[in-house]
Amino acid sequence: MVRPFVSLARRLRPAVAAAAMGFAMIATPVLADVQLLNVSYDPTRELYKAYNAAFAKHWKAETGETVTIQQSHGGSGKQARSVIDGLDADVVTLALEADIDAIVKASGKIPADWRGRLPHNSSPYTSTIVFLVRKGNPKEIKDWGDLIRDGVEVITPNPKTSGGARWNYLAAWAYANKAFGNDPAKTKEFVATLFKHVPVLDTGARGSTTTFAQRGIGDVLLAWENEAFLALEELGPDKFDIVVPPLSILAEPPVALVDANVDAKGTRKQAQAYLDYLYSAEGQKIAAANFYRPSKPELVDPAALERFPNIDLVTIDDPQFGGWAKAQPEHFGDGGIFDQIYKPN
Amino acid sequence: MSDEAFTSARLPGASAIHFRPVTVERRRIRVGLILVSLAFLGLFLVLPVVAVFVEALRGGLPAFTEAIFEPDAAAAIRLTLLVAAISVPCNLVFGVAAAWAIAKFDFKGKSLLNTLIDLPFSVSPVIAGLIYILMFGSQSLLGPWLKSEGIQVIFAVPGIVLATIFVTFPFVARELIPLMEEQGRGDEEAALSLGASGFQVFFRVTLPNVKWALLYGVLLCNARAMGEFGAVSVVSGHIRGLTNTMPLHVEILYNEYNFAAAFAVASLLALLALFTLVVKSVLEWRYAEEIAATRRH
Repeated sequence: MVRPFVSLARRLRPAVAAAAMGFAMIATPVLADVQLLNVSYDPTRELYKAYNAAFAKHWKAETGETVTIQQSHGGSGKQARSVIDGLDADVVTLALEADIDAIVKASGKIPADWRGRLPHNSSPYTSTIVFLVRKGNPKEIKDWGDLIRDGVEVITPNPKTSGGARWNYLAAWAYANKAFGNDPAKTKEFVATLFKHVPVLDTGARGSTTTFAQRGIGDVLLAWENEAFLALEELGPDKFDIVVPPLSILAEPPVALVDANVDAKGTRKQAQAYLDYLYSAEGQKIAAANFYRPSKPELVDPAALERFPNIDLVTIDDPQFGGWAKAQPEHFGDGGIFDQIYKPN
Repeated sequence: MSDEAFTSARLPGASAIHFRPVTVERRRIRVGLILVSLAFLGLFLVLPVVAVFVEALRGGLPAFTEAIFEPDAAAAIRLTLLVAAISVPCNLVFGVAAAWAIAKFDFKGKSLLNTLIDLPFSVSPVIAGLIYILMFGSQSLLGPWLKSEGIQVIFAVPGIVLATIFVTFPFVARELIPLMEEQGRGDEEAALSLGASGFQVFFRVTLPNVKWALLYGVLLCNARAMGEFGAVSVVSGHIRGLTNTMPLHVEILYNEYNFAAAFAVASLLALLALFTLVVKSVLEWRYAEEIAATRRH
């Protein structure tokens, strides 16, 4: 009875040795002078990959110190929740002001006046909402009004869960508000009709892009300008075209220092420099190269700005919305306008 | 064997009457059933697995190895191995202890313990992750103390290990309990009556009797520990190169339009699972007689 078990143990000895070697591999530490954690939202992956490398080089040249930046990406609201629950972020670079405000309110790790601490409302880059259509634009979609024509299917994520989707919704609202001369009933009806043309509501922006591009569903994708360019670059310019409507919304993704965390870790100086450098000529150039509209376009080569057509951009602080604090509960809160107009098919 | 051999017989004074043993279905039905199950397996198991490998190797072998050895991917592989290397031994000890207690002893609350072991099977992995956030997050009761002591549980390796232990807890115990109960206490009682100590009984009688079941339990536990997504996703914090396990890294790569790399890492994960199955089958084949003997015991 005993013998087979012992011999089994003997036979497993190489496996144990392999496991021990595995441990040795794991135990190799990563050496770096300073480590920063940037907690960001989904579409900024490529931007910060490039920016982190540039900042590390700049900081090394300036101070001789080696700084490594770690990245975490996910839905903007979920990332804010993680920081509240203890994810040790030095800086947050999120999609919505409201998400950073949530960290302020729930954890106090960021002071309430964060928005005024950096130029341009703490948004080093902006973006807007554009249309991605199938190559050659077979349905001839040029403006928001074309989205509700018969037979046009629109892909957008769910505004209840996705930051990007809220901008999509608000951009459509801004168009209708202008088109119907400030008539709230007609504006609401237009947005309601628009959502009747949406066959799938994904939970996030990347999910919608995949639905449209990979699964081939829908005629037009409402997307961040940077997402649309990226999809074009990654998935083939021979498959899609970008259509920029004459009017859209100005999205200002904000960045902030997480004071409580940087003070605990002693990384305030580096984290602050990290955010400041976003506003430098190089930071702005990298933003533009990754399809974000730089907040200081004068620092960037005009040729790099040609891809961003000048259009009429409405901001969230426009009287029709009255800022996020008002627009969020009014449109997207429980029982808000979106809940009233959207009924799943 | 052909159908004719046993389905027809000629009785005296009667024309040909066809007989067929009641336990054997008609050939058509048998072939039909086999085809249906093969088609089902092919469609839902084999095809997707093959697709993963085809996609992974689409860019050629160099692209495949590059994707695997890329620093973030390598870190994810190391983390996955580390998590499995900690959580599997833990659950080996917990599982054996729980099964031993349930199968061999009578005590108050035994059925409660038996039910609790199944809890991770019935609770959604997302809830499993959230439990640890509620326990160890900065908003929790323990949060401020952990912070002041500089201990990071969630959004770090300890949280990932805890969540993995939670979801893989039942595998070893569930594999052992039925077998141990079936075997009864006869051997142990005999050993005790011959003067063996408790430890001797456990290591020389009980453990050898269940070693195959134990091995299966560990293999399954390991496969799940490496593949767990939901619970780990909640507590990971998704820091690249630091707290992303292989399944999480696959999702990230996929979302970055990096399909070839995503499938390369996914195929590695699938390989680990296939390797587990192969080890299990080889052991079963190699020790078939011995296994049958312990079962019959």
